[in-house]
Amino acid sequence: MRRGEALALVGENGAGKSTLMNILAGLYQPDGGRILVNGAPVHFRTPADAFDRGVGMVHQDFMLVPSMTVAENVALGLRHLHGRLRLDLAEARRRVVEVAEHHELPVDPDTHVWQLSVGEQQRVELVKTLCLGAQLLILDEPTSALTPQETDDLLERLKRMTAEVSVIFISHKLNEVKALSDRVTILRHGAVVFNGTTADHSTSELAALMTGHEVVLPRNQGGGEAGRPVLAVRGLRVRGDRGHLALDGLDLELRAGEILGLAGVSGNGQRELADALAGLRPVEAGSVRLDGEELAGAGPGRIIARGMGYIPEDRHHEGIVPGFSVRENLVLKDFAAAPFSRGGLLRPAEIERNARHLRERFDVRCSSLGVATGALSGGNIQKVILARELARRPRALVAVYPTRGVDMGAEEFIHNQLLALRREGAGILLVSEELEEIMNLSDRVAVIYRGRILDVLPSREATRERLGLLMAGVAA
Amino acid sequence: MSRRLRLVYASAVVLAAAAAATGAAALVLWAIGASPAATFAVILTGPLQDRFGASEILVRAVPLTLVALGIAVSFRSGILNIGAEGQMQVGILACAAVALAFPGLPRPALLPLCLLAGAAGGALWGGVAGVLRARLGVNEILSTVMLNYIAAQLYTFLLRGPMIDPDELMTGSGTPQSMRLPRAAWLDRLVPGTRLHSGLLLALVLAALVWLLLWRTTLGFRMRAAGAGSKAARYAGIPVERSLVVAMLIAGGFAGLAGSVEVTGVHHRAIEAISAGYGFAGIVVALFGGLHPAGIVPAAVFFGLLLVGADMTQRSAGVPANMVLVLQGVIILAIVSAKTYLDDPYARERMARLLRRAGLLAPPPAAEGEAEP
Amino acid sequence: MLRDILSLGVPFSVALLLAALGEMFNQRAGVFNLGCEGMMSMGAFLAFLPAQLLRGGPLAAWGNPAGFLLAALGGAALALLFALVTVTFRAPQGIAGIGLQLLGWGTAGALFRHFFGGVTGVEGVATWPVPGLSRIPVVGGILFDHNPVVYLAFLAVPASWYLLFRTPWGLRVRAVGTHPRAADSMGIDVVRVRYQALMLGGAMAGLGGAYLCLCQAKMFADDLVAGRGFIAVALVYFGRWTPWGITGGALLFSLAQALQLSIQVGGIKFPYEFAVMLPYALVILVLALAGRSRILGPTALGRPYDRERRV
Repeated sequence: MRRGEALALVGENGAGKSTLMNILAGLYQPDGGRILVNGAPVHFRTPADAFDRGVGMVHQDFMLVPSMTVAENVALGLRHLHGRLRLDLAEARRRVVEVAEHHELPVDPDTHVWQLSVGEQQRVELVKTLCLGAQLLILDEPTSALTPQETDDLLERLKRMTAEVSVIFISHKLNEVKALSDRVTILRHGAVVFNGTTADHSTSELAALMTGHEVVLPRNQGGGEAGRPVLAVRGLRVRGDRGHLALDGLDLELRAGEILGLAGVSGNGQRELADALAGLRPVEAGSVRLDGEELAGAGPGRIIARGMGYIPEDRHHEGIVPGFSVRENLVLKDFAAAPFSRGGLLRPAEIERNARHLRERFDVRCSSLGVATGALSGGNIQKVILARELARRPRALVAVYPTRGVDMGAEEFIHNQLLALRREGAGILLVSEELEEIMNLSDRVAVIYRGRILDVLPSREATRERLGLLMAGVAA
Repeated sequence: MSRRLRLVYASAVVLAAAAAATGAAALVLWAIGASPAATFAVILTGPLQDRFGASEILVRAVPLTLVALGIAVSFRSGILNIGAEGQMQVGILACAAVALAFPGLPRPALLPLCLLAGAAGGALWGGVAGVLRARLGVNEILSTVMLNYIAAQLYTFLLRGPMIDPDELMTGSGTPQSMRLPRAAWLDRLVPGTRLHSGLLLALVLAALVWLLLWRTTLGFRMRAAGAGSKAARYAGIPVERSLVVAMLIAGGFAGLAGSVEVTGVHHRAIEAISAGYGFAGIVVALFGGLHPAGIVPAAVFFGLLLVGADMTQRSAGVPANMVLVLQGVIILAIVSAKTYLDDPYARERMARLLRRAGLLAPPPAAEGEAEP
Repeated sequence: MLRDILSLGVPFSVALLLAALGEMFNQRAGVFNLGCEGMMSMGAFLAFLPAQLLRGGPLAAWGNPAGFLLAALGGAALALLFALVTVTFRAPQGIAGIGLQLLGWGTAGALFRHFFGGVTGVEGVATWPVPGLSRIPVVGGILFDHNPVVYLAFLAVPASWYLLFRTPWGLRVRAVGTHPRAADSMGIDVVRVRYQALMLGGAMAGLGGAYLCLCQAKMFADDLVAGRGFIAVALVYFGRWTPWGITGGALLFSLAQALQLSIQVGGIKFPYEFAVMLPYALVILVLALAGRSRILGPTALGRPYDRERRV
């Protein structure tokens, strides 16, 4: 890495990009190898060491204390202030204002972090890192939670910043790589497979280098009649964790045999919608009908029994019981009924048979069916969840970020499974941050903004530009 | 990490924990002027000198097993029952009250009735904490500890007042204890000349039933899921709150049963300090036994040995009874520390890395199995 | 009678207050220490030790201050052990706390029996009415006619507030208890801050125990602490992790205890044991009403921090 350049670190999910950068930031420890700064070997034992060397990282999950103000968050990093008896926020405030003005990143030092939107919080992270003297800025997937317009904005700013700081940014979105970086390094399975100047290569060349082969993700070819509405949501009002109205009169219709993509910047109510549909969040008002049957306010058990499937956002804590074996997780929703139990007693032979069958059909890679599911790789955990949900033949399936953090092979598999389910006549609500995934798979695309569906477009009209505008709240 | 290395690592952790616990206990013993070596020797070998001593070990092991089984069920369901002592006391009161209220009933009716009453009493006491946690989110450690204090007062009150032995009132000695239970409510002596009673068989049967419950029934599946991943359990439609309450009912019931067994099998009346210390000792036994019936039974026997041995040191070497508390505390700290090191894959990796840096271990092979994407 | 209850209630609250303020620092840093009870027992014994040993001799006047100092050190030492187990070894805090409690309680009792045999009393600390203020009718007797430790303890309330909310150290403690990973990424040593908070908490719990022994009961016994350590932990939840809320809670409980004593002394026909139950039942009631909301408090409470954990 050279001073003043923008380096893109690219690779598919699971290639090791975040791990590598976390080592540079002092959070993870290497098992071998060397890091050289200005020719001298360094060892970052703790984040403080990396800090002192001018390495500042903006992580995917923000490192901001939500209950504190921006200035207080910055003050945490100003260690020369720490030995004193009085907490002096004046200097922290001053620095924030200075940096914010210089780089044109509007940030108010006295707002509390929890009051800010995702985009604003990211700006705060940038300002914070710069205030604390970062000379090497590392950004981990900086655009994952932004609208296309905000993304373009950010890339512009970063380009200007390279006059003063060096930038490494991790991304798997090749168009951004082309837009911002001077050089690009490609990782695959934890090793560098390519290192070169961005301008010399096309996006498709880079894509091929990333995966090692030509990968074409499955596309929804259309065809098939979208049938009756299998899930009808009307006027749904649901409160979020902080008591605000996360869903404010949301209307949605999911038809049998279609994939309805739900696009939107995270934080606009997707999570609350998915939870409410699964019966995990109380519904204040409105109706949710599954094949005509009213389910709003029903508990998760009943909703599951009626044929609603759910692939949750946090696969590790919501989708599986990490300490349970693979075979136990595969019957997590069905253990109480035949054939897996009888008269309150479990039937191990049936559970085993089910597990073997599903493992083969869904290509779950695990050393044994008795191994703790939490120990499997992210892609395999997702396969276990998928196997369990699809084996139940749901009438409607809600899939939230199903391929997040999953390698391309697993992603291809999951997409194919979803398309197959669509052909069998189920309705699928696909919630995703990846516009490309949504555009590839959906029959129709709905955009959620501030707890309401702003518009629903048929897939041929769902272009990046139009979706981007809708995601930012601009109705056509 | 290779399998052999993992085994070496696990043994090293266990040994280190055992050494730390023994060392800490020895330190306290030295501070109170007792010889650690002599004390440990008496504790570990004293009870085994004669048949009576050996039978006493089993006598102690019975309530320990029962309490620990209940605690294991609750811990695995995600709710920490620290209230076994109070639950035992309520169970004792219920059991004694029923026995004294129906002295005329024949044995096959009275004895099971008393034991059931005791279990019900304990279950009620535990259930309160369960409901408080499930409905109101009240931390169960705090609520069960408070319930312990309340139960202790209730116990003293009843044994000094309404339930006191009329003989005590007449002779004026005022020892807080109930009347002797009718013979029909006594558990059989298994070995004449000892205090060993048929509660032992009951404990063993219940151990097997607990295994069955946790791993072979749908109820057990629900409870384990609630304990191992309550979020995912909720998402799967499992009623987590209800499982918590059931777990506390079971845990309380077992503790109440333990108290009833002590009353009907050993003392034959409700006296002070029957339950003393079994609440905490049960936690230690449960942890020691890995929260599994197959581990709890031998752990209870081992702990019975420690308790009887500690009694002996109290009489012979003047080591105060509080030493048992010290031992329990030290063992708990050692076990929970060791457990994290044994269960946590990151701890293993960190240890391996440290060893590699110190040159004691070869670098890992190039491609390791489950790479986390 | 009301005046008696109030003037009893104030000094009764000191032990709870000190221990709970200490526990507040623990919990704000993300660790809850149920071994508070054991640290208080240890503190009580360690306070008793110099007071008793130096009694009647030339250094008798140093007995009480030495007792307080020793108690604070002892509490901090036990807290250090707890920190080792829960922060360095990352063991689950609930059970580890129970282990610490047994250790502290048992060791204090064993040491007492060994050195002093039966129950004996100490002279303790005399009351020191604040000149002038203690003569104010009604309020004077309630607030200003106590031993000096009471005044110091109440001064600890604003001091704790300042420490937690107006110093850089307090800022770090709060960050570590809410989002330890963020604090870590900014170069703050999460482990060190937690150790410091725990040791401060332990020292204060020790002082609470010392107060019980030297100022309140003026003796030592196995059941001296009688659950106050656990009540202190509950108080921190109830007081929403702020010094003022905790003070209010501590006063509430000690008033309940004072009420219990007054009932007995006043000759009202009420079974002794039920009166003793009152404070404990009150704790449960208070916890039940306190609700679940933790948004204002340390959201990382109870979870061991592991930098390497791939979240």
